[in-house]
Amino acid sequence: MIYTPEMYESLKRVEATRSARLSETFPRLSAQEKEDLLRRFHPDFIPEAFATLQVGPNKGGKAPHELARVLQARPVISPDFDVTRTDIETDILVIGGGGAGSAAALMAEENGARVVLVTKLRHGDANTMMAQGGIQAADKPNDSPAIHYLDVMGGGHYANDPDLVEALVLDAPKVIQWLEELGCMFDKEPDGTMITIHGGGTSRKRMHSARDYSGAEIMRTLRDEVRNRSGIFVLEFTAAVELILDDRGQCVGAVLLNMETEEYLVARAKCTVLATGGSGRLHYQGFATTNHYGATGDGLVLAYRAGAHLLHIDTMQYHPTGAAFPEQILGFLVTEKVRGLGAQVLNVDGVQFVNPRETRDVESAAIIRECRERGKGVRTPSGFLGVWLDSPMIELIHGPGTVARELPAMVRQFARFGVDITKEPMLVYPTLHYQNGGIKIDVNGATEIPNLFAAGEVVGGIHGRNRLMGNSLLDITVFGRRAGIAAAKRAREVQPGRPTLQHLVEWERQLQEAGLDPQDRAPILLPNYVGQR
Amino acid sequence: MSEELIPIYIMGKQYMVPPSLTIQRAMEYAGYRLLRGCGCRAGFCGACATVYRIAGDYRLHIGLACATLVQPNMYLTQIPFFPAERRSYNLAELKATPETLFSIYPEVLRCLQCGTCTKACPQNIDVRAYMAAAMRGDIAAVADKSFDCIMCGLCAARCPAEEVQYNIAILCRRLYGRYIAPRAQHLAERVREIEAGKYDAEIAALKAMPKEELAEKYNSRDIEPD
Repeated sequence: MIYTPEMYESLKRVEATRSARLSETFPRLSAQEKEDLLRRFHPDFIPEAFATLQVGPNKGGKAPHELARVLQARPVISPDFDVTRTDIETDILVIGGGGAGSAAALMAEENGARVVLVTKLRHGDANTMMAQGGIQAADKPNDSPAIHYLDVMGGGHYANDPDLVEALVLDAPKVIQWLEELGCMFDKEPDGTMITIHGGGTSRKRMHSARDYSGAEIMRTLRDEVRNRSGIFVLEFTAAVELILDDRGQCVGAVLLNMETEEYLVARAKCTVLATGGSGRLHYQGFATTNHYGATGDGLVLAYRAGAHLLHIDTMQYHPTGAAFPEQILGFLVTEKVRGLGAQVLNVDGVQFVNPRETRDVESAAIIRECRERGKGVRTPSGFLGVWLDSPMIELIHGPGTVARELPAMVRQFARFGVDITKEPMLVYPTLHYQNGGIKIDVNGATEIPNLFAAGEVVGGIHGRNRLMGNSLLDITVFGRRAGIAAAKRAREVQPGRPTLQHLVEWERQLQEAGLDPQDRAPILLPNYVGQR
Repeated sequence: MSEELIPIYIMGKQYMVPPSLTIQRAMEYAGYRLLRGCGCRAGFCGACATVYRIAGDYRLHIGLACATLVQPNMYLTQIPFFPAERRSYNLAELKATPETLFSIYPEVLRCLQCGTCTKACPQNIDVRAYMAAAMRGDIAAVADKSFDCIMCGLCAARCPAEEVQYNIAILCRRLYGRYIAPRAQHLAERVREIEAGKYDAEIAALKAMPKEELAEKYNSRDIEPD
């Protein structure tokens, strides 16, 4: 009962059209129509939102202003910081405690390495924990890794690295089996057959889920397994603020910061795995975000300053269905599984304007057009616009009780604020969700910097310019595992040289050469919301 | 937008905050830069477990700071960490039997069935009920009933029998997922096919395809109906 009278007027129209809409399929857009829609309405195509980078490996390339600011900032520590001392010594240093970091730690340990995993918040405080909808893998008889490959490439606008996509789709069934053996409770038929549904941009039903706690189920399982391994030491509330290179340019560890005591620590490692995740908390273009509190792009900053190229950082993913009402949950993720189960997207008149299964970028652009250009959005009391996501129709399609069974997190989330999504649609608007690009890697997660590996949202190339739903939980597991295995193998033959922070001297030189005198220091580690309403 | 501010008490200290904010955002509005007690900010991670009382009300309330609105005269504190006993185990060597559960966590049988845990759960999980199932050794029931657990620790913090319910629950879920739920045969079959190289040639052909041809193939691909 929290919608306003005006919103209820619109909701009446939604209800009036519902039974007719059950048999109505909104036509899919042609390739040309999608292209036009994206160019006119997707936030990636607003030129003023982007800066040209003036220093670093991507010099001359584009990045959103908010990202450019941290990429071109000064380091947190000075170049004369003493990195010759050793506080922590290990074979593998994993930076980041989300799904990718945990998978890397597990596989490195299994391959004989001693592992230290550091994370600036708690182990598991990560976007992985918040992923709801599912994980893709082509494991059904009517599907194949080749069909999955085509979906990924088309969804990513063919900008993807084909080798990475090949690794992704061929490893997919294997990692689902790995998770199954670790005890993940996937949704299954009584005979063990995985229950799989569509996601935006999938041509086969290959979305595996664990109710709508898919990411949480994977994250808590991986975390629990890490805790079972004596060869992995986890250090929480400890951030990395700089990579340490040796006199031959190899990565030999990192300078860490104890977030609570503000003490710096020098960690020496034969190989380092960056798994710091995304950057939604930079709030590109002022967008609200679905991301966890620590998603501040730290790994991009560290790798970039050390000389690694970043791919596709001029494209971000805006999830089409972020909560637009009530205001307290503005930007919260409303899982794509809602559309996967058949809920349609409707304007103020209760009329469809886009097929609910378009890829995320196209779906988002269509919603923005409906609200901004066509004036068919629903206005909230605080002046935000949104469109309806018709969750009650799921009960009509799949039977009563489906919403509670398949979407318990969503039901709970909205019930906390007075909306019963089994009976009333949700108001949604695109929200900043995912960093499509990131550090350039090879199929084993190796970066351009010797002995530095990377996995998870911090890397680029897998998803090209747009990621499909369910391919992120997949990529963190596939490439987290690959990076962990490769790092452990590499660690056996590493010959570390003399540790230095010479790259910071070089960085300062580049800044001066470009005429930049940034006052910001990065990585920023946490956003600052002090004093905000 | 102007709003009348309301008083809340963070660890006993008064702050005036807008009533439309969640506890988490009210703390930030009041000047706290959160470190402990803040994770996903969306109800999934369990970092922001909070206990509070409202002046004049004898009851103790619980909530997630990210998903609970402030109220006038709310006295709150966060419980961002609570010591919890957790046993290590090798899942591959276990059997999904009651004996496994009772040998790893013998304290399961100390549960008083008082229901304080259920009252303390911000996810509205009937923790008492899954502990009852645990005492019966019914691993599948524990797995199902505890599934929505975010491991915030409030149940353990309030338990008079000193149980760590959420660690018992995840052991049961992992035993269920690995041993009780039937394995997906089609998945095992596909893994065998991939390892035999069945899809290598087809994917190699796609990788070698010029972009225009690949796009043509993508745009004309058939889509499985609902």
